[in-house]
Amino acid sequence: MADNYESWGRFPKVSQRIIPLSWRHEPLPLPDDAAIPILVQGVGRSYGDVCLNDGGVIFSARGLNRYIHFDAETGRLCCEAGVTLADILTLCVPQGWFLSTTPGTKFVTIGGAIANDVHGKNHHRAGTFGNHVVQFELLRSNGERLLCSSDSNPQLFAATLGGLGLTGLITWAEIQLKPIAHRAIQAETIQFYDLEEFFTLSVESDAPYEYTMAWVDCNSQGRSFGRGIFFRGNHIAAEDAPKTWKVSKRTLTMPMDLPGFALNRHSVAAFNFLFYHQQSQKSVTKLVDYNPFFYPLDAVLRWNRLYGKQGFLQYQCVVPYTDHRIIAAIIQKIVDSGMGSFLAVLKTFGQVASPGMLSFPKAGVTLALDFPIKGAQTFELLEYLDDMVVEANGRVYPCKDARMSPKNFKHYYPQWETFAQQVDPSFSSSFWRRVTR
Amino acid sequence: MYKLLIIGATSAIAQATAKVFAERHPKDLALFLVARDGQKLEAMAADLKVRGAITVDFAVLDLNDFEQHQSVIQQAVQKLGGLDTVLIAHGTLDDQQACEQDYQHAEQCLRTNFLSVVSLLTPIANEMEKQHYGCIAVISSVAGDRGRQSNYIYGAAKGALNTFLQGLRNRLHRSHVHVLTVKPGFVDTPMTAHLKKGALWAQPESVAVGIYQAIQKRKNEVYLPWFWYGIMTVVKNIPEPIFKRLKM
Repeated sequence: MADNYESWGRFPKVSQRIIPLSWRHEPLPLPDDAAIPILVQGVGRSYGDVCLNDGGVIFSARGLNRYIHFDAETGRLCCEAGVTLADILTLCVPQGWFLSTTPGTKFVTIGGAIANDVHGKNHHRAGTFGNHVVQFELLRSNGERLLCSSDSNPQLFAATLGGLGLTGLITWAEIQLKPIAHRAIQAETIQFYDLEEFFTLSVESDAPYEYTMAWVDCNSQGRSFGRGIFFRGNHIAAEDAPKTWKVSKRTLTMPMDLPGFALNRHSVAAFNFLFYHQQSQKSVTKLVDYNPFFYPLDAVLRWNRLYGKQGFLQYQCVVPYTDHRIIAAIIQKIVDSGMGSFLAVLKTFGQVASPGMLSFPKAGVTLALDFPIKGAQTFELLEYLDDMVVEANGRVYPCKDARMSPKNFKHYYPQWETFAQQVDPSFSSSFWRRVTR
Repeated sequence: MYKLLIIGATSAIAQATAKVFAERHPKDLALFLVARDGQKLEAMAADLKVRGAITVDFAVLDLNDFEQHQSVIQQAVQKLGGLDTVLIAHGTLDDQQACEQDYQHAEQCLRTNFLSVVSLLTPIANEMEKQHYGCIAVISSVAGDRGRQSNYIYGAAKGALNTFLQGLRNRLHRSHVHVLTVKPGFVDTPMTAHLKKGALWAQPESVAVGIYQAIQKRKNEVYLPWFWYGIMTVVKNIPEPIFKRLKM
């Protein structure tokens, strides 16, 4: 895990003072100078600068990692905000409960999951993480402790879900889990040849499958353009559960930063070729553990070092799916640039309304991928993509962002001024100062 | 049921160690916690119950109140119905300069870090000697291995503690009671929040696993993380005529 309070993308580099928090009932250790902005960080797994506070103070919530209550009958879990989803799974899966929705890494805190209103492979059914938050306590810089739920302080509740940590410190939260019969997932992987086939697979899979997502090759031109692998799966039913099950606990750690040239057009193309051809049949069905199904990248700790010291940018946008040509044009632009990295993720979002004022997900199709930072041309490309997303009436995800312009942010989130009224006057972040400039 | 008493339970290392015990003894752990702050103890007790401890009781006590020691130990023994392991984890890292300027400070440091442990271990050792089994684990420090100008009052308290524990280990050996001296190096906790961190710093979680393993293996003394054994071997063996000139 990042231990120097960088963000996961390791860009931008900032200077900030770290103050650890240890107990939820203690007052915030505010700096003497009230003009110094404060922000809370969990484990620093957001990619860009929403978890950074250049020139300010970071309260580290890692020490707020206690459970408060877990009811194994109803699946209600109440815990402090620094508890990670990995901790929750370790506790709850053996007791027959699973996260109602989970992002692609389990190494995030529950506070961070709320602040970014994260989503997962079952968005088309379950909506966002915030849809399963029952209530939480918000500690404001004036010392007020507010219980927030859809009934109590509903404005602050909605502002805090996806509120990028700007409304105050979430001290504890209560979430609803969902019952499972076994930890295994019945998973199917299907090769698709182009984007039309992806959309067909998406439409036919959304009803019978709880989890769907796809990997798309953002490097191949011509006949291979838009090829990829579609993943879909369901929790296994009680009657199909295997009698014995072996869980692999093996993880690797990326031991050092790779030099900047290690990732280039050719190494990425080679990876994509191998990934696409990992299976010789069109479709493969097997029983897999939830860990490799949901969290394949968690098996390599600190994989962000792959991109070297200079860091990387992740880009995630959503565009409405009225017209498939929009997402095809975006992917075409990335392919033409030759700058995209491997593992681009494509997924359709469903109709469930996001509960947060500033939540990212809305009905449509979302694309996410990494870009190693190769100077100004990388930023120019993403700026160009931003404009395409504006035109399509889409959005870019703040949790992954380190560079979108204030103008585009206000386009994507026209409700930002309503949101700003709920922001705690002492709280701010590098992201917030950048996009509201 | 595994019966564990933790004194100074809200310290970062003690909290982490309690979690390791709860994880390794699922549905088989009874805990008794002692610390100064009731709200913290309540938060910790709720957490450990969710993590699988069967019972978690606690007593609120300022450990500088020596008169209460005997009765709090009695209370713990009664609640738990005996003692399998006692972990003593309280301590303060006092400001060396304040201790140099004012004896009151120095005395307070010695009372908290040394004398209070002697006072607590007197009834605990007698109880365990009667039981004919059990483990006493005490968190000391590498600072007790050699006096250095930067923290020799704290170091003197820990050094005295180490000697006391050696003697106690020797006395209790024939009663089959195991005494473990834990010597952590730099640990990233609220006690050390004001110090600058470097490569030698460890997280309380990894130190906690080391304590648990040392208890299971019935070690006499353990440096945590392990590389402090090497560092302190070097520090202890520098000849005094050279050592006194060093800035450490």
